[in-house]
Amino acid sequence: MEYFVQQVVNGLTLGSIYGLIAIGYTMVYGIIGMVNFAHGDIFMLGGFAALIVYLLLVSLFGGIPIALALLIMILVAMVMTGLWNWVIEKMAYRPLRGSFRLAPLITAIGMSIALSNFIQVTQGPRNKPIPSMVSTVYEVFGISISLKQIIIFVVTAVLLTIFWYIVNHTPLGRAQRATEQDRKMAALLGIDVDKTISITFVMGAALAAVAGTMYLMYYGVIVFTDGFTPGVKAFTAAVLGGIGSLPGAVLGGLMIGLIESLWSAYFTIDYKDVATFSILAIVLIFKPSGILGRPEVEKV
Amino acid sequence: MAKTTSKTAVSDDNLMARALREGFYAALVALGLFILFVGLKTDQNILNELILVQRWGLLAVFVAIAAVGRFLTVAYIRPFLARQKVTDVVTGLLPDSVATRFFRMPALIVAAVIAVILMFAGETIGAAVPAALAPWVTMIRAFAIIYVLAFGFFYFRAYISAHFNMLALIALLIYPPLMVYLFGFQGSLKYVDNFGIQILIYVMLAWGLNIVVGLAGLLDLGYVAFYAVGAYSYALLSSYFGLSFWILLPMAGILAGFWGIILGFPVLRLKGDYLAIVTLAFGEIIRLVLINWTAVTKGTFGISGIAKASVFGIWSFDLAAPNNFAKVFELPMSSAYYKIFLFYLALALCMLTALVTVRLRRMPIGRAWEALREDEIACRSLGINTVTTKLTAFATGAMFGGFAGSFFAVRQGFVSPESFVFLESAIILAIVVLGGMGSLVGIAVAATVMIGGTELLREMTILKQVFGPEFTPELYRMLIFGLAMIVVMVWKPRGFVGSREPTAFLRERKSVSGSFTKEGHG
Repeated sequence: MEYFVQQVVNGLTLGSIYGLIAIGYTMVYGIIGMVNFAHGDIFMLGGFAALIVYLLLVSLFGGIPIALALLIMILVAMVMTGLWNWVIEKMAYRPLRGSFRLAPLITAIGMSIALSNFIQVTQGPRNKPIPSMVSTVYEVFGISISLKQIIIFVVTAVLLTIFWYIVNHTPLGRAQRATEQDRKMAALLGIDVDKTISITFVMGAALAAVAGTMYLMYYGVIVFTDGFTPGVKAFTAAVLGGIGSLPGAVLGGLMIGLIESLWSAYFTIDYKDVATFSILAIVLIFKPSGILGRPEVEKV
Repeated sequence: MAKTTSKTAVSDDNLMARALREGFYAALVALGLFILFVGLKTDQNILNELILVQRWGLLAVFVAIAAVGRFLTVAYIRPFLARQKVTDVVTGLLPDSVATRFFRMPALIVAAVIAVILMFAGETIGAAVPAALAPWVTMIRAFAIIYVLAFGFFYFRAYISAHFNMLALIALLIYPPLMVYLFGFQGSLKYVDNFGIQILIYVMLAWGLNIVVGLAGLLDLGYVAFYAVGAYSYALLSSYFGLSFWILLPMAGILAGFWGIILGFPVLRLKGDYLAIVTLAFGEIIRLVLINWTAVTKGTFGISGIAKASVFGIWSFDLAAPNNFAKVFELPMSSAYYKIFLFYLALALCMLTALVTVRLRRMPIGRAWEALREDEIACRSLGINTVTTKLTAFATGAMFGGFAGSFFAVRQGFVSPESFVFLESAIILAIVVLGGMGSLVGIAVAATVMIGGTELLREMTILKQVFGPEFTPELYRMLIFGLAMIVVMVWKPRGFVGSREPTAFLRERKSVSGSFTKEGHG
């Protein structure tokens, strides 16, 4: 039993990271109906930004408190990655808006290839390990919970609350929801659609940057190819939860995290990704638009 | 008149001010984007700790490029492009296009003279100039030859586009002998193998995926799975049972087709991006099984020593065999014969794929695919069985993937899961879309440009002269590939060939714009 709960805790940690990335996918999908394949690499970029800021902080102010360092890392990574996604949206996706559906998908795949190789070229192809930043571990009822995991839960919970508030209770969120429902009508009613879409991309990237920072802190290592697998998993999570639905993305992320850690704990670790993808396929066969997704009604 | 000039002067001033301002903003944005990733580099020191290396000079170069690029775009390139669209007041004609201005007769004569001189006297000139300049002489020669060839293409463009298929086929048929003639048997290997065969394999794959994505409108992100099935069926059946290439080639196609049906069946109800992610998942599952099922597939080590193909069993290319091709014809030993044989084989398979696709499009099943792409609901209400239509599309596409896979295995003599990553699926899909979905010629052109272009980057040793000896162009290959995908897509969202040839028509066949064809929902 304790083993099981332990695995659940580990799974939820992983799931929080996936959930944070999945929100970026699902928001962009909701607002312009496009699968942003480069989002996984945006997450990796966020991780690298955090890594470089951390090294910079350590080299400039040796004994900086770890909490402050983490905060600065998160903030700088959010700003940096947001700026990147803003530029990417402007250069690669906006010219193709209103074009056919596959065109932005292809530019997104191209952007994903370009971003990971850009990091490979500029930062080198090797693993980038950092010494463990937080190593406290608490024992609660025989289950060990590390401070890292608590930080990840807290940060995720706080961000999701802020995010939920922005989407549901601010003029910006209203503009986003309006754009999502009907872009042309929203524009007619005076909403700056281009700006709203840009902000959505920036918000998605900021959340991915936080996920990247958490990933770096949790695993203590990052490499330029790290965008792909978490990116695909998060996309899987978004689809599993019903793409376009925000609670669905978080739920999907947590589910994927749980499946992964439980499968690795009770079966073989080699096939954990096979298990994840198979469960995705099975769920979609019985519920073709995800767990919380609304079925698409086709008008004839 | 005076008024107009002063007005232009004012707008010129505004334009310059705007260009400067936008250049400055671009510099700021570039500074923000690159300050961490280019300005600082993480590196390991001797103690294996990460340290930061500062590269402010490189950062300054990036920022300057962004600023100058933006300034030139706003101040000169955009007004120039706008002027290109305005007709002349007196003659009522549009100004000469950029290409016409670029390809002028005097320039051709100069280029031709330079090319001829350097081709015949290049050795002596190369020996006469200092050693550092010698590669530049080669580069000038290359540019002169390219210019002359491009000039020819430009002036006969009407003839070329009218007879493109025939000319392309002739070019492909004489390609291996030409390479052998130019570079000798050993030197031609690189061109026939890396460029020729590799591009043909991608053409085959892209034409196969075109049936699924371009004709039936089903977005498949895991196409590489069928490529893997084909390659591994050949590798496994050949090394465990010793079957020959000519039995295994159709068998690999059939097995891949079966997998197409097996994987296609569960996803029949899914649409759009749900279909995309499940196909992607299937592609990953097959790759992960290949990695982890070590008892059969030998995991990441892959299967090596795969038997070579033979000319219908009559002549073999094994060095030890008594009926070795070179021995029978008493030729000097070289691996080039095998590659040339494979080249023609790949060409034949490609032609077969093209033929089947063209014929299928005119048959009821092909029309059902295209109808499915245009409107699934209308399709169903007209009594088309969407289940069999989708499954045949998956199976046919997968079968060609399987052919390409077995061909890949026989060409490499080695297969490993490394070759079947998602990136391959993405590249194949990108070729299909960049070529203009549904257009066979466009897809072949896109494959040549994208795959040939990235292969060409490996050969760019001249860049070492420009950027220093530690510069490795290979490293930048995929970066440029990704950026090229974006640039081409933004420039031509409908692909290289923007028109389609309908198979059903009233009285006469007319090409229609690609924007009339839909891309399907599922």
